[in-house]
Amino acid sequence: MDAIQKNLLKEVAELDALPVGAYNIRSNGQSAARNTTASIDIVTKTDKQGIDIIIKPGTKNQSVHIPVIISQSGLKELVYNDFFIGEDCDVTIIAGCGISNCGGEDSRHDGVHSFYVGRRSRVKYVEKHYGEGTGRGKRLMNPTTVIELSEDSTMELETSQIGGIDDTLRATSAKLAAGASIIIHDKILTEGDQRARAELSVEMNGDGSTCDMISRGVAKESSFQEVVIKIDGNAACSGHAACDSIIMDKGVIVATPQLKATNVDASLIHEAAIGKIAGEQLMKLMTMGLSEKEAEEMIIRGFLQ
Amino acid sequence: MLKLENISFEADGREILKQINLTVDDRFVAITGPNGSGKSTLLKIIMGLIAPTSGRIWLDGEDITEMSVTDRANRGISFAFQQPVRFKGLRVRDLLELAGGKDKKGGERFAHACEVLSEVGLCAKDYIDRELDDTLSGGEMKRIEIAMAAARGTKMTLFDEPEAGIDLWSFQSLIQVFEKLYQETSGTIMIISHQERILNIADKIIYLKDGEVLEYGEGVRVMEHLDSDIRPAACSVLLNTQQAAASCAEKR
Repeated sequence: MDAIQKNLLKEVAELDALPVGAYNIRSNGQSAARNTTASIDIVTKTDKQGIDIIIKPGTKNQSVHIPVIISQSGLKELVYNDFFIGEDCDVTIIAGCGISNCGGEDSRHDGVHSFYVGRRSRVKYVEKHYGEGTGRGKRLMNPTTVIELSEDSTMELETSQIGGIDDTLRATSAKLAAGASIIIHDKILTEGDQRARAELSVEMNGDGSTCDMISRGVAKESSFQEVVIKIDGNAACSGHAACDSIIMDKGVIVATPQLKATNVDASLIHEAAIGKIAGEQLMKLMTMGLSEKEAEEMIIRGFLQ
Repeated sequence: MLKLENISFEADGREILKQINLTVDDRFVAITGPNGSGKSTLLKIIMGLIAPTSGRIWLDGEDITEMSVTDRANRGISFAFQQPVRFKGLRVRDLLELAGGKDKKGGERFAHACEVLSEVGLCAKDYIDRELDDTLSGGEMKRIEIAMAAARGTKMTLFDEPEAGIDLWSFQSLIQVFEKLYQETSGTIMIISHQERILNIADKIIYLKDGEVLEYGEGVRVMEHLDSDIRPAACSVLLNTQQAAASCAEKR
């Protein structure tokens, strides 16, 4: 692995060396390293690109890293990763994709992650997207995440894309059975001429299911963001979504909330706010010795942290 | 030493401050006066948050009239807002570390920040990782705001009505914060207040009314002026109330 690849790995998965536990590192379309454990198996798909990650019932306090890195300009791939998580598990999954494109051709990674979470299991999923490089070729990513949560299971997602990706469509959808809950924290920063669309959709189909979605976006310069948040309440359930955005320069943000209730005991709330950085916030930090630019950076860093 | 020279400020055709001339060389100066007298405007002009329509401001012999807020902050002026600003995502720790100073190491900044937070009556371990958003009450935000300004320990600290929004019990610990700041720094504290306990410990009081300094001097003398200027108005309200009550009683 060369220095560029190592840096990408650090950016998307905070890895300086091979991780502890199960992992599969995909580099320029190939599996670069893999490790399985007694309770977590990783199997290459035979009908299409991608892997199956099989986590045995009762697996606790274990992690799986599956970073993808692309440093070859012009590489385009569509990868399917399926996670089969047994009952009564407690695991952390760290995914992420980094593209370094110094060439003239577009590089593109489309990843479809499907999660089947067993009853009473808890899953934490962290996904970070990162792009760099000075080439004319674009850096494109289209991640799709499909989640099915069984009874009384919980999933927490932290997804982020902080600059560097020219065009992206991020689609996340989840179906919740009775007693299941999902928490989604999605963060995105776009700059230059970048475009990003995020679709977050949760269907609560079982009594006692809950969802909490928090989306935060910052659109700088001439970038464009669109976020669509949908919650369907089809049972006695409760759902909350908050969409907060900061626009700067000539940035554009479109936020579309959509709540649908088909059960009288469904309680659904949506909050959305778009605005520039408040002048009084800048002033406060300037009275503490920061320049206007430093104050702006600190506010954005905090907003997306 | 702070010197204000013919400071005036107009907004929407109204004169908020009229030719203010002041030389502040005392350590603890309270600014008081009726609502709308221009107290907050005066403090904001000193910090550079608003620009005067005319006049000059001097800090230790240097003309700071055209200086930015950042430059004034780095020259040693701190400001506690009357209505603290909330930030989504930033934590109490972030701002207190910033207040603790860039020259200190991370550990020192953290320790100092915790100490000041405790002084305003907030247990550091409970608050240091709280977000500065609307999950904090107005009173909590206010005390954090005061802690941030005090933690900077600069040569001039400006407090815009620190008592507003603070309960009586917390107010006692705030007075101790001002006293400690007074003892530990050789700087000047300027504080807008209507609280007699603050006015009593001030070296000097500025009494502003209708954009003019009516009095600037020792506490006792200004308090006498306040007595004659404000209390009769309060008495007349009381008198009217008593008269109204008597009138009601007669009707019954």
